[in-house]
Amino acid sequence: MRTKQKWLGGFAAAIALALAVGPAQAQKKYGPGASDTEIKIGNVNPYSGPASAYGSIGKGIASYWKLVNDLGGVNGRKVNFITLDDGYSPPRTVEQVRRLVEQEQVLLVFQSLGTPGNTAIHKYMNARKVPQLFVATGATKWNDPKGHPWTMGWQPNYQAEAKAYAAYILKNLPKAKIGVLYQNDDYGKDYLKGFRDGLGSKADSMIVKEVSYEVTDPTVDSQIVTLKGSGADAFFNITTPKFAAQAIRKAHEIGWKPEHFLNNVSSSIDNVLKPAGFEASKGIISSLYLKDASDPQWHNDKDYKAWLEWMKKYNPGVSTTDAFYVYAYAVSSTLHQVLLQCGDDLTRENVMRQAANLKNIQVPMLLPGVHLHTSPKDFAPIEAIQLGRFDGKRYVEFGDVLGQ
Amino acid sequence: MDAFLLQVLSGLATGGIYASLALAVVMIYKATHVVNFAQGEMAMFSTYLAWQLIQWGMPYWGAFFLTLAISFVGGVAIERIVIRPFESHDATLSVVTVFIGLFLILNSLAGWTWEYTLKSFPSPFPAEAYLGGYLSGHQAGLFAVVLVTLAIVYAFFRFTPLGLAMRAAAENPVSSRLVGIRVGWMLALGWGLAAALGAVAGIMVAPLVFLEPNMMGFVLIYAFAGALLGGIDNPWGAVIGGFAMGVLENIMGVYVVGTELKLTVALVIIIGVLVVKPAGMFGRTVVTRV
Amino acid sequence: MKPDWRIAALAAGLIVVCALPFLVSDYRTFQFTLVMVYAIALLGLNILTGFNGQFTLGHGAFYAIGSYTAAILMAHYNVPYWATLPAAAAVCLAAGFLFGLPALRLEGLFLALATLSLAVAMPSILKWKGIEQWTGGVQGIVLIKPEAPFGLPLNQDEWLYYFTLAVAILMFVLAWNLLRGRVGRAIVAIRDQPTAARAMGINSAIYKSVTFGVSAMYAGVAGALGAIAVQFVAPDSFQVGLSFVFLIGAVIGGIYSISGAVFGAAFVLFVPHISEGISRAAPQAIFGAFLIVFMFVMPVGIAGFLRLAWDWARRRIQRSSHVTGEAS
Repeated sequence: MRTKQKWLGGFAAAIALALAVGPAQAQKKYGPGASDTEIKIGNVNPYSGPASAYGSIGKGIASYWKLVNDLGGVNGRKVNFITLDDGYSPPRTVEQVRRLVEQEQVLLVFQSLGTPGNTAIHKYMNARKVPQLFVATGATKWNDPKGHPWTMGWQPNYQAEAKAYAAYILKNLPKAKIGVLYQNDDYGKDYLKGFRDGLGSKADSMIVKEVSYEVTDPTVDSQIVTLKGSGADAFFNITTPKFAAQAIRKAHEIGWKPEHFLNNVSSSIDNVLKPAGFEASKGIISSLYLKDASDPQWHNDKDYKAWLEWMKKYNPGVSTTDAFYVYAYAVSSTLHQVLLQCGDDLTRENVMRQAANLKNIQVPMLLPGVHLHTSPKDFAPIEAIQLGRFDGKRYVEFGDVLGQ
Repeated sequence: MDAFLLQVLSGLATGGIYASLALAVVMIYKATHVVNFAQGEMAMFSTYLAWQLIQWGMPYWGAFFLTLAISFVGGVAIERIVIRPFESHDATLSVVTVFIGLFLILNSLAGWTWEYTLKSFPSPFPAEAYLGGYLSGHQAGLFAVVLVTLAIVYAFFRFTPLGLAMRAAAENPVSSRLVGIRVGWMLALGWGLAAALGAVAGIMVAPLVFLEPNMMGFVLIYAFAGALLGGIDNPWGAVIGGFAMGVLENIMGVYVVGTELKLTVALVIIIGVLVVKPAGMFGRTVVTRV
Repeated sequence: MKPDWRIAALAAGLIVVCALPFLVSDYRTFQFTLVMVYAIALLGLNILTGFNGQFTLGHGAFYAIGSYTAAILMAHYNVPYWATLPAAAAVCLAAGFLFGLPALRLEGLFLALATLSLAVAMPSILKWKGIEQWTGGVQGIVLIKPEAPFGLPLNQDEWLYYFTLAVAILMFVLAWNLLRGRVGRAIVAIRDQPTAARAMGINSAIYKSVTFGVSAMYAGVAGALGAIAVQFVAPDSFQVGLSFVFLIGAVIGGIYSISGAVFGAAFVLFVPHISEGISRAAPQAIFGAFLIVFMFVMPVGIAGFLRLAWDWARRRIQRSSHVTGEAS
């Protein structure tokens, strides 16, 4: 009983503001998937296939809703979280999402993962007027309230992050020669575009080498050698965790020490910097919006402790520094907030209305200073970028929080 | 140093990865005249076993040799239980289908048991780097291991009676039986040895590419290309082919077709070699009597 | 007697299939449409591997080419959806034939290896910068689903179902005609006794290459239909796993028969849904296990099994009628 209250306390701060927002709805209004006792939420994740590493996110989310249900649910209703595998293959995403919407009759689709899959269902969701909420990709195109009013992203979008790095370089390293390594897909190209846009007219003169790699390559060692050979003294590293670790390690081995900007997707201390080597990772700059579970500075933080308890009790066997589970917790807390704001009006329209009505909300595991903010014209909940430099143990924040 | 030479060196390092897996491919081919599509997954699975042993506290070299032993037994078991019923069929369809089935089972079993998150794998070699850092200690160690393994395999087939018996069993099962060779067990032995070689490859490669269930999936294609290039029935040809493949893929990627089309390079090499000179650079041309 | 039975069964089946969209939800109609799409693709695979003995692990690559052909024509050149099918067929027929030429020199496992490499390399080819302006690169191409023509009272899913059904029937009849005639016998002869076939004057090389082309054509038509049904193509839609799935469907359905294509398609579409309930990793492992078990127990697949069961039943009935006949 007492431990339950402790966890509840972890949410209290987050929802305190929220309760002030939505006026109590006397009537009960239900859309598909909602009733007096249950809210049905749909999700697709790659549990098999080449991107199966991201399946941990789906598992984390499922386990979050288990916690919520054990504590009584959302406004007294249990959350029925239905998650299906799409193997990161768009035709399968379409099939599974149609199943969720037409057969399972879910209220909304939450955190569908991957840009190709989400692109495949983008039109469908908006034509059917089903919320495609807090999609698990940082592509910029999800922030389009006019064209696609039923789709919303969550994490800071890739282009905004890249622009922050570009701005830093323009200000502090105006004579830099920049080398870029990027994954040859949607994610990599989105970051690259933002970076080039951020550098503006100086893009062509400052970027001395742009090199790509495929996920089917065994290593990126050759690309790092190329980049060093180009004489670059600044490095924008747009790689996913496995390749990021390889890149950091190889750069260190061959004695290449540029000013190293690492994209947020691979910023995890435990999953990337540790395998690459802490010595090799010293000085890396990345952007942060979530608390890193392996950063000792949070170990006495209330939210972190609640998260850790959840990890130990609901996710035994999972490493207590797993960044995917921090992400899952934070994004699920966001949906939790939206559902709470809906009150008894659980229609799809109201879900989108409340999602577009997040005013400076803090959910657990977000960095202090990073808030959720949406409006009918702004479908990007998190826009804050906090830069940090790795000192061998943790990221030391510097500069102001940008982009709020 | 010259940029080109650096790329060649980098290619050799990657080629080491291909060469080590190519050795296992060649072993199976020499012993059974079969191209094993599940070789990569078997190697990956063995590597997970080694990882698990190390997690449980076993010292590196203990885990290394124990894994080799387990993989050997596993390979023999797979041959006896799964492959043997189809030996008489001699039909491509059944053989390849079973391989693909093995591939899928091993892959999902590894993912289910150990999850899909990346795991670090320790390296037994000193961390210092050579050649101005362009060749890491582990990569140099990998080269050494590949060469040693190659020497052992070559000597085995060339100089030992057992190796001779295996080659005979693969090439002419009927005559081999007539001279008293237990053909069935030769094939099983071949699978066991190949599985052990695959384990070596996996354990050597994992520190470089990080351990995850899809680790060997695409490496296998490059390894096949390398093995074909060098001669799929020739151990040292396959190793040379593997290294050549690494360098070729790298040079083509950097200077000719761009980094996007490396797999296409492998595809072209595979088809090119098979069509133009199936024996590869160093293999023996086989003439089939009709 | 027997022909009447068969025709009656076929007619009954046809009526059910035609009525289906009105009996089930739109989602199911969409699924059945996909089953037919896969059945067309599997038919191509059966012709090549089952009937002609050329083993291909690259079927997914030709499916991809068909899909992209349809998508590019629809998105960039405003070609109506139905016209993309003959185009995809033609492109894949040519591509398959061209690939079949060097493949002539490859036997068994090596052909499998070569086709596997094609399937593995396909996504990166589709992503290539050089053709990005047509293929949309990694972003892919989004398509619009066609509406029912002539103001028919059908929604998009239902119309596409009937359209696919018509195409499927056409493709199946085509295959049936091809395989039971001289050409079919030649194709099978090349598989079973290649030297004897050559000795009898069958131009093995031409037959094999053309069969490759025809098989690719089936994959291409299926791919085009698939692209229209899903309304999206991207390199990630055509990973090597797709070729594995086709192999699985063909083997389990029955690779030596035409009807096997239908059973196989239904299997690969619906079984993952069933096995998902057990575990996430299950679908892949179950496919693998089924592959091996079927090879052990039932290499002729479901279709072959049904035929054996039917023959057995028929003989039992005949025997018992014989006995009663003699007694009286």
